[in-house]
Amino acid sequence: MTLLALDWVLLAEKLLLVIVIVSVSLVIAMYETYAERKIAAVIQDRIGPDRAGPFGIFQPLADGLKLFMKEEIIPNTSNKFLFILGPCLAMTTAMMTSAVIPWGSAIHFTAFGLDRIVNLQVADINIGILYIFGVVSLGVYGIMIGGWSSNNKFSLIAALRGASQMISYELAMGLSLIALLMLTGSLRLGEIVQQQMQRGVWNVFYQPLGFLIFIVCAFAECNRTPFDLPEAENELNFGYHQEYSSMKLGFYLFAEYINMFISSAIMATLFFGGYDIPFVNDAALGQHIGNWLSILQFACLFIKIAAFIFLFMWVRWTIPRFRYDQLMNLGWRNLIPLALANMVITGALILGKQSGWHF
Amino acid sequence: MEALTNRVKPVERKPMTWVERLYLWNIFKGMLITFKHIFTKKATIRYPEQKRAFSPVFRGLHILNRDEQGRERCTSCGLCAVACPAEAITMEAAERKPEEIDKYREEKYAAKYEINMLRCIFCGLCEEACPKDAIYLTETFAPANFQRQTFIYGKQDLLIPNPVTEPELYAKAAGGRVIKS
Repeated sequence: MTLLALDWVLLAEKLLLVIVIVSVSLVIAMYETYAERKIAAVIQDRIGPDRAGPFGIFQPLADGLKLFMKEEIIPNTSNKFLFILGPCLAMTTAMMTSAVIPWGSAIHFTAFGLDRIVNLQVADINIGILYIFGVVSLGVYGIMIGGWSSNNKFSLIAALRGASQMISYELAMGLSLIALLMLTGSLRLGEIVQQQMQRGVWNVFYQPLGFLIFIVCAFAECNRTPFDLPEAENELNFGYHQEYSSMKLGFYLFAEYINMFISSAIMATLFFGGYDIPFVNDAALGQHIGNWLSILQFACLFIKIAAFIFLFMWVRWTIPRFRYDQLMNLGWRNLIPLALANMVITGALILGKQSGWHF
Repeated sequence: MEALTNRVKPVERKPMTWVERLYLWNIFKGMLITFKHIFTKKATIRYPEQKRAFSPVFRGLHILNRDEQGRERCTSCGLCAVACPAEAITMEAAERKPEEIDKYREEKYAAKYEINMLRCIFCGLCEEACPKDAIYLTETFAPANFQRQTFIYGKQDLLIPNPVTEPELYAKAAGGRVIKS
C-alpha cells in the first residue's frame, strides 16, 4: 500500500541523517567550548579546566547545567518577542548551514530487505554555496534582533557593528569564492569535492589567495577574535548578549561555536578536498573496504575540521581585536580589491587555458 | 628636554614597511610564539592535589608546643602578649596542682590561652619573644569560616597533639620544620 507518492524510506533516511548531523554538531559545539578553554590555558601556560571528570571532559556538561539553572531575566524595557526570537534565530541559522555539506561518499546500504545507496549529505542541491551564503547572511539577524530588542546602548552599538561587519565581509567572501567557482564550474558542494578527489590536488593549491581571503572573512563572519567587535567584552560589555541570561545566552554562545564548526567544514570542503583522504585514491580503496571508506572519509573530514577549529582558537588567543575603522579598512580597501584581482587573474588564466596556452 | 635616565628609548615613528603593512607575516610570528607556549612548562598547579612548598620562613597559624614527655611548655609569662603588635593574644595563668605534674612542665601554666586570628598579623614576634619555646608558627594557614567567633582560637585549637600518645598527629602538626620540643 502506498500512502502517498513519496519515497518514505528516503524521508526516513534523510530524517535520520538530519538528527545525526544536528546532534553531532551540538556535541562538537559543546566540546569546542572545552577545547577553547583548554587551548587558551595551554597557550597562556595554564592547565585549564580539569576538575570535572578525567582531564575535565565533563566540563561542558557542567557549564550547560549551570546555564540551565540560571535565572532567566527579560529586561522590562525590552521587546519580549524579539528578545526571545534573537537567540532562536541565531541558533537556527547556525544549524541550517550543515544541510548542504557532504560528509562522506555514499554508503551502499543492504539490510532489512532494502538495497539503497545512502548519500551522506542532507541535500545535494545545485546551489549549495548560494544556500550557505543565504543562511549565513541570515545569521546577522540573530545579532541584530538580539542587540536591538535588549534596548541597551551597548547592545545596540554591538548590533550595528555586527551588521556592518557581516555585510562588509560577506562581499569579500563572495568575491573570493567566485574565483573558485570559475575553476570548479559548479555550485554543488558534492561535485566540488568530487573534482578535487579526481584531480588529486586540493583547491587550496589553485586558489591560495582566495583561501586566505576566505579564511579572514570566515573569522569575521563567525565573530571570532580578531574581529569579535560585536561582542567586545571589554569595550561593549559582551555586546549584543549583554542583557541575556540563562540558556538564551547559552544559545548565542552555542550558535557561535556551531558557526565555527560549520565554517571549518565549509573551508575543508571547498579548499581542502572535503572528505578526500589525502595521498590515497579513494575510489580504489573503496573497492577493497566497501562501506568502511565512508567512515574513513568522515573521520578524515573531521580531522580537517578539527585542525581548522584549532586554528580559529589559536588565532583567538594570539591576536588582539581590531579597531572598528581598521576592520572596515581591511574589509573594503584591502580584501575586496584583492578578491577582485584574484578573480581577474583566475579568469585570465582559465581563458588562456581554454585558448590553448601552455603554462 | 633632557632625559632623566639613560634608559629612555625614543618612540619610533617610522612608517611601516610593506611586510609590516601586510600584517600577515607579523600575525604568523605571533602565532608561532603562542604555539611555542603550548609546550612550555605550565606555571599553574593542580592545587588541592599538588601544593607548592612553603618558604622556610613561612608564618602560618600558631601552635602551643609540648615537650618530649607531652607536657605543655607555656608558663603563661605573657611575653608573647606583650610582644604582639596586634594585641591578639590573651591568657590567664593558673598554678599547677601536684597531680598535674605530667600535664604542665612548670609550676605556672596557661589556664586560658586565646589568639584572635582575625587580629593576628602573623608577624612571628610571639615566637621570638617566647623564652620557653612554647609558641610556634606553623605552615597551616587560616581556614575560612562563617562566624567571627570561631577565629578566636583557644587552647584546644592551638595545642599541638601529644607526642607520646599521638605521635603521628604530632608529626603532622609539627610539619616539615624542626621544632624544639
